[in-house]
Amino acid sequence: MKYKLGTYAVAAMMAASPVMADLVFPSLSYRTGPYAAGGIPFADGYADYFTLLNERDGGIGGVATRVLECETGYNTEKGVECYESTKGEGSLVYQPLSTGITYQLIPKTTADNIPMHTMGYGRTSAANGQVFSHTFNYPANYWNGASGAINYLMSQGDIAGKKIALVYHNSAYGKEPIRTLEELSEKHGFELMLVAVDHPGQEQKSQWLQIRRERPDNVIMYGWGVMNQVAIQEAANIRYPMENFIGIWWSGSENDVLPAGDAANGYKALTFHGVGSDFPVFDDIQKYVVDAGKAAGAGDQIGTVLYNRGLYAAMLAAEAAKTAQEIHGTAEITPAMMRDGMEALEITEAKMTELGLPGFGPSFNVSCANHGGPGLIGMTQWDASAGTWSLISEFAATDMDVIQPLIDEDSASYASENNIEAGC
Amino acid sequence: MFYREAGDFSTTYPQDSQTFPIKFDRYRYYFVLAVAVLVMPFVMTDYLVNSIFLPFLIYAIAAIGLNILTGYCGQVSLGTGGFMAVGAYACYKLMTAFPDVNIFFHVILAGGITALVGTAFGLPSLRIKGFYLAVATLAAQFFLVWLFNKVSWFYNYSASGQINAPERTVFGIEVTGPNTEAWATYLFCLVFTVGAAIIARNLTRGSVGREWMAIRDMDIAAEIIGVNPLKAKLTAFAVSSFFVGISGALFFAVYLGAVEVGEVFGITKSFLVLFMIIIGGLGSIFGSFAGAAFLVVLPVVLKIVGVDLMGWPTDIVAHFQLVIVGGLIIMFLILEPHGLAQLWRVAKEKLRLWPFPH
Repeated sequence: MKYKLGTYAVAAMMAASPVMADLVFPSLSYRTGPYAAGGIPFADGYADYFTLLNERDGGIGGVATRVLECETGYNTEKGVECYESTKGEGSLVYQPLSTGITYQLIPKTTADNIPMHTMGYGRTSAANGQVFSHTFNYPANYWNGASGAINYLMSQGDIAGKKIALVYHNSAYGKEPIRTLEELSEKHGFELMLVAVDHPGQEQKSQWLQIRRERPDNVIMYGWGVMNQVAIQEAANIRYPMENFIGIWWSGSENDVLPAGDAANGYKALTFHGVGSDFPVFDDIQKYVVDAGKAAGAGDQIGTVLYNRGLYAAMLAAEAAKTAQEIHGTAEITPAMMRDGMEALEITEAKMTELGLPGFGPSFNVSCANHGGPGLIGMTQWDASAGTWSLISEFAATDMDVIQPLIDEDSASYASENNIEAGC
Repeated sequence: MFYREAGDFSTTYPQDSQTFPIKFDRYRYYFVLAVAVLVMPFVMTDYLVNSIFLPFLIYAIAAIGLNILTGYCGQVSLGTGGFMAVGAYACYKLMTAFPDVNIFFHVILAGGITALVGTAFGLPSLRIKGFYLAVATLAAQFFLVWLFNKVSWFYNYSASGQINAPERTVFGIEVTGPNTEAWATYLFCLVFTVGAAIIARNLTRGSVGREWMAIRDMDIAAEIIGVNPLKAKLTAFAVSSFFVGISGALFFAVYLGAVEVGEVFGITKSFLVLFMIIIGGLGSIFGSFAGAAFLVVLPVVLKIVGVDLMGWPTDIVAHFQLVIVGGLIIMFLILEPHGLAQLWRVAKEKLRLWPFPH
């Protein structure tokens, strides 16, 4: 009888173990639709890094990782469907790569006790961890980007009295920087001109005619997907000087500038991480992932800007999982433990070097009060003849005197709308 | 064998004019309703409700609304997405302005506001018909989406331009917001769907519905026999927009919780609902349900079969989905222009004679 009970127990454990066997990282990707040009490289980078961890290190802390991919097409309804269908599999952290889906998932993930990481997108005020307990947006957010762009322009010369245009995707994403830029225009005395582009952004003739007529000194763009390519082409068509044209990090990949050819030379884009494939980790990716035939997608995106960003997102998620394993003393972590790991995440230069990414991103600590990281912003420029992006400025701090009050204000209004008790 | 009138006697006039005069049909209807109310809430999960049942119930209301206008009254409309947006934003403004009023009434009122807007945009239908009317409603679609994006009063001046549904309860049970139970949202939407279907069914059986159908079949002839085209067309627009507005309000408040007008209520939504009634069957309440179910469930099934069972890459499956849905629409238009409802009618006829067809 005892023997029989023992067999049952073993059988039950064997039946139960596959459920806990791996660390699940869902990837709400979009490889179709007008935003696929941005979605594919990010999803490839995200998947390849976890493949690398499995092949090289045997997973995280000895537990294999599994990337659960679900196609959203950048569509919020499909995003919700993906979230519901994957959350039951023990998904550790969501990275929807869409501000619209992020807005849907902030309350849902909080209710389900699953963390979400919106790296450089999403709701900026989620940087206030006292209100947004399960949402993280380290290491930089949209408002850092807006301030970073203005800081860069100020470093190039006085901007008082100049006219700066914001060309933005007419959605929650594109509207995010407006408040910050309005505050900054008051502070520094430049004139702000708002030019909205509706989804998906294939038709921008009238917007660029307006820019041609009003001749702003600089154009800042918050665009995504096909909108970027069209905007850069239109800017080239009206012979707008490319070096005065600055994109946010979502408007600064190879896919955005290549269609315009040589005309795109000198176009600038913000970034919060390194560019190029000149890092030791890419040798490992070549060896363990590409040569083994396990690269995600077509395998032709390695080293591009958005691939690197996907890789960086996966790296931060993996490090947070490691931190969670250390905190809770178990290799098989739950989403709740993952949240603790993300909140205690420490990225140091030594750690980055060890991971094969020296100097790729900033050193920072996440804390309960600050889910937003340091917000260090650099500037990259496109060289059309060489076909490469290069970093043309140091990663510099942004104007938190302007940004922090806005974060506090917006998160406070969210807290009061949703009856959230702020606190750690 | 099934659907036989034999032995099924009506002894009073109400019995004779009830919705389902055949006993078998009536019991089947009661059975479906009983399963939906008494069984489904207990097996409802977050996944089922958010992937299948909420979209199905809400799209069914929108499809009923559009079917009244297009299927029964013959007025082609491409403004469904815009009218759904009116419902959603009306519901949001009401929810935030009068937090103490029950959400149930907000949804009804949102439908009422949409009915007013719909009637206003229906006025051109008195002058223009067919393709020209489609273009006029298309203008409504773009104008309304632009309006809700442009005027920040509609989204309470929030920085992102999104509207977020605050938590609201019915009988102390949450139906909006993130902490809802699957069965609660399901039942809340089910009440509206069943109510909409009953109202629509009875309207289309009565004098109002007959006027709509007369206008649809030949408006000049209808006018000559005494149908007032002004009244018929505008009531069709009003009733249709009322249902579409309710579906928009539920879509925002219960299903999505946060909405960005350009993305959620764009032109693709108008086409989706139009495809639902074309595939389901124009001029049929059952067709509205069938079409909604078909277009909601098909992508989910294709995804489960392609990604989870076959293990194909997600982008291939997503592309296949477009091909298959597009192919099916063309196939339906060629092989069965009257949609799934006609297939159901034919099946019923066959079942009546089965197993002795001669």
